[in-house]
Amino acid sequence: MIHRPLALKLLSAFIVFGAWEIAGRVPVSFAFPTFIESMQALFRLTIEGTIFTAYAETLKPLVVGVSISAFFGIGIGLWVGLSQRFEWLFSPIFIVMQAAPLAALIPILVMAYGIGLTSKVFVVCIMAMPVIVLNTASAVRNTPASIKDMGKSFLATDRDIVLKIVIPAASPVIFSGLRLGISAGFIGAILSELKITPTGVGDIITYSRSIADYPSMYAAIFSIIVLAVLFLNLLERIENFLFEGNNRGYVSD
Amino acid sequence: MSQTSDALEMPAPVETDSAVSVRNVSKNYGTVEALRDLSLEFPRGQLTSLLGPSGCGKTTLLKIIAGLLEPTSGEIEIEGKRVTGPGPDRAFVFQDFALLPWASVIRNVAFGLELRGVAKSEREAIAEKYINDVGLSGFEKAYPHELSGGMRQRVGLARALSVDAQVLLLDEPFSAVDEQNRRKFQEDMLELVRNENKTFIFVTHSIEEAVYVSDQIAILLPRPSRVSEIIRPTSFRGTDVENIRRSPEYLDIVDQIWASLRNYVE
Repeated sequence: MIHRPLALKLLSAFIVFGAWEIAGRVPVSFAFPTFIESMQALFRLTIEGTIFTAYAETLKPLVVGVSISAFFGIGIGLWVGLSQRFEWLFSPIFIVMQAAPLAALIPILVMAYGIGLTSKVFVVCIMAMPVIVLNTASAVRNTPASIKDMGKSFLATDRDIVLKIVIPAASPVIFSGLRLGISAGFIGAILSELKITPTGVGDIITYSRSIADYPSMYAAIFSIIVLAVLFLNLLERIENFLFEGNNRGYVSD
Repeated sequence: MSQTSDALEMPAPVETDSAVSVRNVSKNYGTVEALRDLSLEFPRGQLTSLLGPSGCGKTTLLKIIAGLLEPTSGEIEIEGKRVTGPGPDRAFVFQDFALLPWASVIRNVAFGLELRGVAKSEREAIAEKYINDVGLSGFEKAYPHELSGGMRQRVGLARALSVDAQVLLLDEPFSAVDEQNRRKFQEDMLELVRNENKTFIFVTHSIEEAVYVSDQIAILLPRPSRVSEIIRPTSFRGTDVENIRRSPEYLDIVDQIWASLRNYVE
């Protein structure tokens, strides 16, 4: 029975890829390749090494942006959650950031920071950070009062309460914010390569489209999705490793 | 009628032997008066129940004694020392258990010691002993969500016992526990009071429970809260646990308390 989730995952992949293959064969559009063609293109890109050089370029703003967003996002989120005054100061900024039409703001970023790495990192951060900050803040604010009281009555210092009670209690929601933020960061990285300067994976997408090599274009898109999924799985493992008891259910249920 | 005068009339030996004294405590939440000028003595080594209808401020009083809430006026003394906040002389047992869901049973039980900076091997040895005492040995590595309600509260009780505080504060500890477990807990409480030389302050809304486990019952009446009566059961305290519920005094006290509380139940 342990293998049932795996079997279900394979089944769901089979259905999606099968539908893709059929849609490509009909064809839905001339610009829509079949699954098999796309995989062949991906294989070719891998053999040529194009995909690796592309990722070396794409991962730079992605890794830098996601690290900044995770580190400062959680930090600011904790601060906002713990202090009423900082909530008042920071919350609106992130709510605006989350709602802003990013594609329309990119020209302003380019004017201010040029077309290099800085602008791209900014795009990734604007995509990734708000959801991390807002999730962390609301998780911290919703720490059950009784376990904080418990900490106080057993002589916890304020530092103990934050480190040993508030953060672990907030961790499931912080991690779900990280998951959403990091997926948004992947979108931001590709968006910046499409809108600012075509480099890395964005370049493969733009270039293949311009020469009507649609299988390569979809191969590049597919690879970025696979990478994002792998990364999110890794994050989930880290979470389960750090906070094992949070894994299933709560004391109060 | 006034509790202050009752306390003054108490014989001197009782006065000196109280572990916890509550003196003229008032607590206001904005314009709402939760407690007004409440005074009460808690004898050392005995179990005192705070009993009253819901909203009568019994949990508020307990949290003030714990140092989790500040009284608006008045003071609490424990062994002659004034309470200014939580201290090592008190341990709290929570109604909703307040366990850390991400921590195993042994870490939960040792959590109070962990916060006091006791070394890991030492605190786990102490926790082990109390886990055994409350009958949970074998569950050290389990997580709270894998335990039943009764077992979770045993973890909460073990955590409170492991810090070896002189005063144990219990906030409706058995109200989220099923009836059979509750009866077992009540019998265990009697044994704890007999064996551990600690002072227990026990908040409950159950009349039967209060009469069953208490050496002294303080009846609190609401809005604003005050002590209306102090009852000290005498005859059945020394008898076997099986005989308590059949004792005429037990039945009389239960009836008497109900008679004075029934007007306050909406």
